[in-house]
Amino acid sequence: MRSPRVEENARKVSPEATASVRSATAAVTLARQNALPAYFKDVDRATAHAAAIKDYVLDNLGSLLEQLEGNCQANGIQVHWAQHAASANKIIGDICARSAPGGIVVKAKSMATEEIHLNHSLEAAGFEVVETDLGEYVVQIDHDRPSHIVAPIIHKNRREIAKSFEREGLGPYTEVPEELAMQARARLREKFQSAEIGISGVNFAVAESGRLVLLENEGNNRLSTTAPQVHIAVMGIEKVLPREGDLPLFLRLLAGSATGQKLGSYVHFISGPRRPDEIDGPRDVHLVLLDNGRTQVMAGKYKEILRCIRCGACQNVCPVYREASGHAYGHVYAGPIGAVLAPALEGVEKLGDLAKASTLCGACQEACPVQIPIPRMLLELRDDAYRAGVIHEGIPWGAFAFAASSSWRWRAGLKMLPVASTAPNPLKKGWTDSRAMPSRVGRSFRRWWNERS
Amino acid sequence: MSVAPRELESLAPKKPRVRLMLTCLCDAYFGEIGIATVKVLEHAGCEVLFDERQTCCGQPPFNAGDWDSARTVADRTVELFRTGEPIIVPSGSCTAMLREGYPMLFPKLGRLPAFELSEYLVRELGINSWPRRPLGNPKPMKIAFHRACHGRSIGLGDVQEFLLATVPGVELVRFDQEEQCCGFGGAFSATFTKVSAGIGREKLRNIVASGATVLASGDMGCLMHLGGLIEREGIPLKVMHFAEILAGALSE
Ligand code: SF4
Repeated sequence: MRSPRVEENARKVSPEATASVRSATAAVTLARQNALPAYFKDVDRATAHAAAIKDYVLDNLGSLLEQLEGNCQANGIQVHWAQHAASANKIIGDICARSAPGGIVVKAKSMATEEIHLNHSLEAAGFEVVETDLGEYVVQIDHDRPSHIVAPIIHKNRREIAKSFEREGLGPYTEVPEELAMQARARLREKFQSAEIGISGVNFAVAESGRLVLLENEGNNRLSTTAPQVHIAVMGIEKVLPREGDLPLFLRLLAGSATGQKLGSYVHFISGPRRPDEIDGPRDVHLVLLDNGRTQVMAGKYKEILRCIRCGACQNVCPVYREASGHAYGHVYAGPIGAVLAPALEGVEKLGDLAKASTLCGACQEACPVQIPIPRMLLELRDDAYRAGVIHEGIPWGAFAFAASSSWRWRAGLKMLPVASTAPNPLKKGWTDSRAMPSRVGRSFRRWWNERS
Repeated sequence: MSVAPRELESLAPKKPRVRLMLTCLCDAYFGEIGIATVKVLEHAGCEVLFDERQTCCGQPPFNAGDWDSARTVADRTVELFRTGEPIIVPSGSCTAMLREGYPMLFPKLGRLPAFELSEYLVRELGINSWPRRPLGNPKPMKIAFHRACHGRSIGLGDVQEFLLATVPGVELVRFDQEEQCCGFGGAFSATFTKVSAGIGREKLRNIVASGATVLASGDMGCLMHLGGLIEREGIPLKVMHFAEILAGALSE
C-alpha cells in the first residue's frame, strides 16, 4: 500500500521544523483564544454574524462585484477581471511592462499572488521581484515556499533565519530578532526607494465605497502600496464586503483569529491613486479581481469554503498540520483550509486525496471565525474522491460491510479475529509500525450478557 | 393527605429503558467496557436492552469515503435501533456517527435518540454526582482526561470530567494542549502512521508531564491508539475508559 502524499512528505520534515511549528501554532492559538472573548461579548454570535454576511456576499457576488467595480472606478482605481491564473499573470505583467519594463517590483504578502505563482511569471518577464514581508523575504532568499497562510516561515527557527541573512550579506551573524529585522529593513529600504511597482493583496474590498482594506504588522504594505508610482492590488473575488459598516466586525475577527491582536499594527484604507493636491502616493492604482476557479466552487457543495478570510486559525489548531507542517500538503493552501479549498478549486481528481489528511477532530471548525463546516466538507470530499477512484487504499470496505450486515457473519468474524490479526492486512503494518497490536482485554461482552440473562 | 402505597408506586417514575450500542471495538476487543457501561446504567436506575444482532455503526467506511458500504451497514443499524428507546453509546465517536453522520448518508432520516454515556447520565437523567449511593473505600487516582474529539460535534463539552470529578478518590489533573486531538482518526492511524503516532506521542508527553498516573477517555478508539503507543514505548500510564472508572466506584 502506497502512503498518502501528506504522510510521505511529513516523513521528510525535520524534528526542528515540527518543533517550530508546534510551539508557534500553540502560542498563536492561545493568543486567539484570549483575544476574541476580550473583544466580543459573545464570540459565537460574532462569528455567526460574519458567516451570514459572507453567505450574503456569495449569494450576491455578481452584483456586489459590479458595485465594487463602479465605485473603484469612480475613485480612480482601474479594475481588471481575471478568470484564470494565466490571465491574471498576463494582466499584471502587461501593467508592469507598460509602467516600468525590467524594473523593480516590491511585493507585500499576498496569498492570491502565491496562488497564481506571480513571482515566477514576472521574473520570467525580466522584472526583479522583491518580497517585503519579513517572512516572505526569507522564503524568497532561501528559495523556499511559504508553509502557512499568515506566518510563511513558521517552520523555521531563529538560527536558520540568522544563517540565511549572514549568507546573503545582510550583516553580521545575530539571533536577536530586533537586529535581524533591522538588517532586513536596511536591505528592503533600498528596494522600496528604487521600486517602480508595488503589488499587494487585499483583505477586504468594500462594494459601497470602492475602498480596499489591508491589515498588517510590519509596515511593508504601507511602503509597497504608496512608495512606487504604480500599485497593483490582487484579490480573490470572494473578498468583497457589502458595506463599510461590516469592517469593524471583520477586522477584529481577522486580527484576533490570525495573531491574537485587537487589530493589526497598520490598517490601510486605499481609496484611489494620488490626487492632484496630494504630494505622495501612487500615480496609478489597479485592482485585479481573480476568479481562478471560485465561481465554479460557488456553484457546488463546497461553496461555504469561500467564506474564508485567510486567518490561519484552522492551520494553527490542526493536529495534522502541527505534526506534518504546511509543506507536506504540497499546495499554497495547507492544513484544513487547503484540504478543502485546494481540491474544490483544482478538482477532486487532482487533489481529492488531501481530504484524507485529517483525523476529523473538528478543531478547525471550532476555531474558524466564519464557521466553515470543514469536517463535514472533508467527509463529502472523501465521498467524491472515493467515487472518482483517487483514494482507494486497498482496504476491502465492501467485505467489511458484507460482514457487518449480518449478525452471524459478524460474530463469525469476531471469533476469527485472533487468527485474522496474524494475517497480513493493509492496515496492520501501519498500525504496528509504532504501536502494540490491540488484543482482547478481559471478558467478551456477548458471553457475559448471555450468561447473566 | 395520605396516599395508598399502591398509588405511590404508580406515581414513582418508571425505570428508563435504554438500548445499548456496544460499538464494534468493545465487541471485538474491549468487552469489559460494555460490561461496565451496563453496570453504570443499571446503577443509574435504567433497564438495559441489548440486541445481539447489532454489529457496527458504519463509521469506518464512511470516513474512508466509501459511502455505499457505509450505507449498507448503517441502514441495518438504523433498522435495529429505531425502536424508540434512547440509544446509549460508550463512545462519542459512534454517537456522532449516529447523530451527525447518518443524516449525511440518509438526508431524510430523522434524528436518532443516540446519547454518549456521560451525556445521558448527566443531561438526560440529571445525575450530578457519582456514585449515587456512597459505597466502599475510594481508590485514589490521578487522572488525565482526554476529551475525545467527536465530543465537539455532539456538544459534549466537559460533561465527562464534570461527573468524574465527583467520584471519590479521583483527582483530575490538567495538562498542556489538552484540547488537541490524540491522532487516532480511525483508519488514519494506520494510513498516516508517522503523523498519527507523532501526534499521539506529543499528547502522551504532555500527559506524563502532568504527573497523572491514569489516562482516561470516553472513546476506546483514542485509548487503543494511545494505549498501543504506551505499551510499545513502556510509558508508565494506566489506560481507563470513563465507564470503567464509574463502574469501579461501584464495586468496592
Ligand atoms: S477556513 Fe476559517 S479558520 Fe481557516 S483560514 Fe479560513 S477563515 Fe481562517
